[in-house]
This record gives sequence, C-alpha cells and structure tokens, in this order.
Amino acid sequence: MPDSNGHRAAILDSIRHALGKRESDEAIAAEYATITRSYTRTGSLDREHLLDLFTDRLLEYDAGVYRAAPGSIRDVIAEILTSRGKHGLAIPLGIPTEWLPAGFAFDVAEGWDAYRLDKAEGILTGCAVAIAETGSIVLQNAPQQGARILSLVPDYHLCVVFADQIVETVPESFARIQPTLPTTFISGPSATADIEMTRIKGVHGPRFFDVVIVTV
Amino acid sequence: MSESEVQATQWNRREFPEAAKDLLQDSQTRKNVQHATNVIQAKRKRVVDELADWEELRESGRQVKAHTLRHLDHYLMQFEEQCTRAGGHVHWASDAAEANRIILGLVQKHEAKEVIKIKTMTSEEVGLNAQLEQNGVHPIETDLAELIIQLGKDRPSHFVAPALHVNKQQVRAMFQREMNLPDLGDKPEDLATAARNYLREKYLRIKVAISGGNFLIADTGGVCILESEGNGRMCLTLPDVLISIVGIEKIIPSFRDLEIFLQTLPRSATGERMNPYNSTWCGVHPGDGPKEFHVVLLDNGRSPILADKEARQTLQCIRCAACLNVCPVYHQTGGHAYESVYAGPIGAILTPQLNSMEAGRSLPYASSLCGACYEVCPVKINIPEVLIHLRGKVVREDQATFAGKFSLWNIGMKTAAFLFEDADRLAMAERFGQIAQKPLVSKNGFIEWMPFMLSGWTQTRDLKAMPAQSFRQWWAEEHSAKKETDA
Repeated sequence: MPDSNGHRAAILDSIRHALGKRESDEAIAAEYATITRSYTRTGSLDREHLLDLFTDRLLEYDAGVYRAAPGSIRDVIAEILTSRGKHGLAIPLGIPTEWLPAGFAFDVAEGWDAYRLDKAEGILTGCAVAIAETGSIVLQNAPQQGARILSLVPDYHLCVVFADQIVETVPESFARIQPTLPTTFISGPSATADIEMTRIKGVHGPRFFDVVIVTV
Repeated sequence: MSESEVQATQWNRREFPEAAKDLLQDSQTRKNVQHATNVIQAKRKRVVDELADWEELRESGRQVKAHTLRHLDHYLMQFEEQCTRAGGHVHWASDAAEANRIILGLVQKHEAKEVIKIKTMTSEEVGLNAQLEQNGVHPIETDLAELIIQLGKDRPSHFVAPALHVNKQQVRAMFQREMNLPDLGDKPEDLATAARNYLREKYLRIKVAISGGNFLIADTGGVCILESEGNGRMCLTLPDVLISIVGIEKIIPSFRDLEIFLQTLPRSATGERMNPYNSTWCGVHPGDGPKEFHVVLLDNGRSPILADKEARQTLQCIRCAACLNVCPVYHQTGGHAYESVYAGPIGAILTPQLNSMEAGRSLPYASSLCGACYEVCPVKINIPEVLIHLRGKVVREDQATFAGKFSLWNIGMKTAAFLFEDADRLAMAERFGQIAQKPLVSKNGFIEWMPFMLSGWTQTRDLKAMPAQSFRQWWAEEHSAKKETDA
C-alpha cells in the first residue's frame, strides 16, 4: 500500500534530480562526522550547586520540590501525600517498597485503561535522568517509570529523582536515554502559552507536579 | 468543490499589499499581535542570553540540517526502514491530494467519525480538516490555540501560537458561546480549565489521532514532538491509531542531534528553557501507546526547492517562529496578511517556493530587509539573502513574459539602468531632472506629488527636490577651477 500510486519513487526521484549525483553511504557518514559540535556538552557545577539549579528551575515551573535522605524517602512521600490530601497513588511496576509509606494505598497500574487512570488520585514514578539546566525529568518505558499513559492521565504526578540521576546539561542527558524506547521529557506541570504568549499552568497533563530529590 | 479549490478558499486569496491594507485598519488585532510578540521576544531574549554557547548551538543546528538536506533521500529511506522495523507504516505523498487521500483512507478503514488532532501546520497546509469534514469525519483540534481557531472559524496567524491575534477577552467570549459556559471567568486559568473539561472526555473516547511532527529521526525511525499542554501526549498515547503527517524536510540523521534542537527550539519558540512536554517514540511499543502507527511523508513542493542552492536553506527551518516575533512587518500586519499557513519572514520565502513561484509572489517584498530574522534564527537561515534572491527570480520571470517585458516598471528600470551605466548619460539625466522638476517643487523645497507611476512614492512621503547643482556638477566645476589656479 505505501507506494500504490508511485509517490515514493516520484519524491525520491525529484530529490535526486534536484541534488545531483548521490554519494555513497560511507561518504555521507564521513561528512556527518565532520559537523562542528563545539557547544557545551558537559557541565561544570559541583553537586550542591547542581541540585540548587535543578530546584530553582522546577520552582520556576511551579512544581513542588522536596529533599529526602536515602533512608527517609518513605517519610517525605507520606508528608507530601498528607499535605496534598491524597489517600494513595497508582504506581508502575518496579517501585521499591521502601519508597511506600504505610497508611496509603499504592496500586500497580499495569494494564489500566485511561478511564481507570482518570479516577486515580495520582501517580508515583522514578525517572531515567533529570536535567538541571532546563528543570526537565525524562521518563522512559522502563521499570519505575512505566507506560507513557501513567504520568499523563492522572491529575497529580509525584516523581522521585536520585541526585546521581541529575545531570547539568541537555547533551549529558542523552548519554543516559535509550533512543528507541517511548520517552517523555517533563518540565513542570502541564501549561500553555497560547493565550497572549504567557505561560498558564494546568491544561491537559497533570496540573500538580511534585519532585522528591534524594540526596545520596 | 475540488481539493485544490478548498485550499484556495483558505489561503493565497490575495497578494500581500492588498491583504495588509485591510489588516492595518484592524487596531484590536494589531494591538493583540504587538502585545504577544513583545512578550515572547523578551522571554526569548532572556533564555537565549543566558546560554554562553548559543552561537555554537546555532551553527551546529545549521550544519546538521544543511547536511541532511544534501542527502535527503538517503535519510528518508533510512527513516522508512527503521520506522517499518519498529512496527510503523510509512506512506509517501507528493502533494496535498495524496496526503489527504491516504489519511482519509486510514480514518475510514477504522470507521472513525471523529478524530482528535494535535496542532499540525502541515495538515493546515494540505487542507486536511476540510477534506475530513466533507467526508463525514469531524476533526477535533486539541491544542488550545487551534481549538480557538476552530471554534472561531478563524485561520491560524502564527505557526507556533496560531491564535496569537486573539486576546483573552475574545477567547473568553468565544468559549462562553461555543462551549455554553455563560459564567466562565476571565482569568487565563479559567480558560485553560474550560479547554481541559471540554476535551477530556474526547481524549478518553476517540480512537484515531492525527499529529504533525517536529523531528523525524533517521537512525531510530522515531518521531519527536514538542508541546506544552499535554494535549499532544493525549493524542500520541491514548488512541488505538496514530497518523503523523510530516514534511520531508523535518528529518534529522540521529537521535543524538536532538541534544541541539531541544535546546534551541524551546528557547526560540516560546522563550522557555524547555517546553513542558517532549515525546519521542519509534513505531509501536506493545502496552504503551497506539497499536497502529502511520507516518505520511509529505513533499508538496519541497523537493524542487533543493535544486536552488541559494534558497535550499529555507528547508532548514524548524518552525520556531522567532523570525515572526521579531519582524517589524509582521508586528504591523499580523499573520493573516501573508495569506499562507506560514507567515512572517520564513513564510515570505517558503510560501512562494512551495507554490513553484505561482502564488505568494509579492511575499519576498513584504520585508524591510532589516536582518533581524537572520539574527534570531536558531538554524541560521539567511532570510534576507533568500528574500533578495527570490525578488530577483520574480523579476526575471516577469521580464520573460510579454506583459512584463513591456510593463512600465520594467521599462522604467531598464531606462534607469541605461542612464546609470554611463557618466555622460547620467549627467544629461540630472540636467533634465533639474529642469523637469520645477513645476512640482513646493516652496519648502520638497516634491509632494509626482505623476503617473511615480505617484506611489509621494503617496506616503515627500521627496526632496534635486538641488540646483548636483555633486558631480560641483566636483567638475571645482576641479576645473582648481586646475586653472594651479596653472
């Protein structure tokens, strides 16, 4: 079906006609390798400044930011859920039990459809990597992160980020992202700039977004 | 109505000077456009200035896109292979009609009466919504700005913020009417909530979604989409079937190249360090997202642009719209004057080329050539250079026709060239001018009115009269006087 009307051949012929002689795959790869990439690739901040930068960026997006020591993740999560008035959260597969405080319901949302997720009070996830400079958290389809729908349909997202998962620059984050998995970069709660170019919080994605930074 | 007629009613109805004249009378729209573009320009400047390596990012972005365009077929075929391997279906469409035919066919195969859409200017370009409507399929725009446009039966005026020409009071009035919400508040948050409630049920229910794409990634066969609201993620994740229509120039060689564009595009487009959501995926992933994924690769006039080495850079565009926001012409007219999905400076070079120079011929002139667009472009498209190049093309094409050859304009220009090319002829013309202007010069030394085709100049400005003695005449006199003294 893709080329039932010969459009594929027509487009490729037209491109070739416009560009002239085609080069070998090796020559193209060699040319690609010569592209100048003198932009900053690795950051220069020490750990404490890096965490501060990440925190500032998140706050600027109007996300909630909390810090926890490795042994107190559970307590901090309990505190946040209490202050948000939540009774429990949905979770993806792979969330360690030491994150989960007693007295709250945590249901593995594996295979839940959108209607069921829509009724959940929120979602708790980990992340693949976080970027301090842009205040971004990257989720992939992997344990502790799950399918993309999980961090999308519930109105509240609580994300646990370990300090050693935070890099300073966007290029650094790419070394830790698996390129073919479904991936979402999340930078603050859902927002829009469509009315008078001003960022307005809270459209279709989670309107409430909290991050727990676990200092190692 | 045929497909081409549907499009014709939507775009390219008038040339720029005529359309601009009307829009300049609309003071409310001008106020909205100026306010929004000022806000976004200030935000952009702040987040661009804080990056010490901004120029390096621009240069790398330029090189990646220029390299890709030089080998476009290679990368498209690589994308096709990888996307297919990942379970996606790749379709090719030479023109708007084929793209619409493919998409309509897929929608009908799934017996969908409604589809949800993420903002895609490519679908505006091919006139997809009208095609769907005519065949009994209702497209629902989910991007807030596109929803505003759809409910208001309006046209996009800006390809990043299509409803930039509408202010929040106008949006509120429209939502009150169209969503039947008489008590809707006027805070921006109220409007966002209204859109959330209006669309929520539709996301959960509708099974077919249509998107565009910011980047096609050749080495993984993946697609990348940047957005803010989460409406994109809803469309990309919830439905069973996803169809993405993407221009062939949107391809990049490698996933790693995103490390450049994910820095330059958000900062240039919305003045944010990062927009709230970026999604990337490859084909289908069991248990995550649609069960069926189609990409429609659209040419629609793009491939012939590659042949023009000077204008080829037009296709490097990543659609950030920074050039619109900074353009003094766009500031005054807004986007509708361009009569194209792609307005502003980039639209002024892209639109005529996409139309084989048969439409939008006045657009290369819709610029003061101030160069601000080039300065802000995150992939360094030299828009002023391409504007001048296209002006040349328009002129040469006009000169090749009988009417063009014997037009007053062409004769005037030829005459001017003839006079300027020889010193004696120029001197003669100067003397003629000094005499001929006499009846036109007012007491203040200005010419306020000129006859015939010259009247255009004096319509909006006075012309300083030629002095009794030109510089060249003065020089000649001085020079010969000096010689005499020396001797």
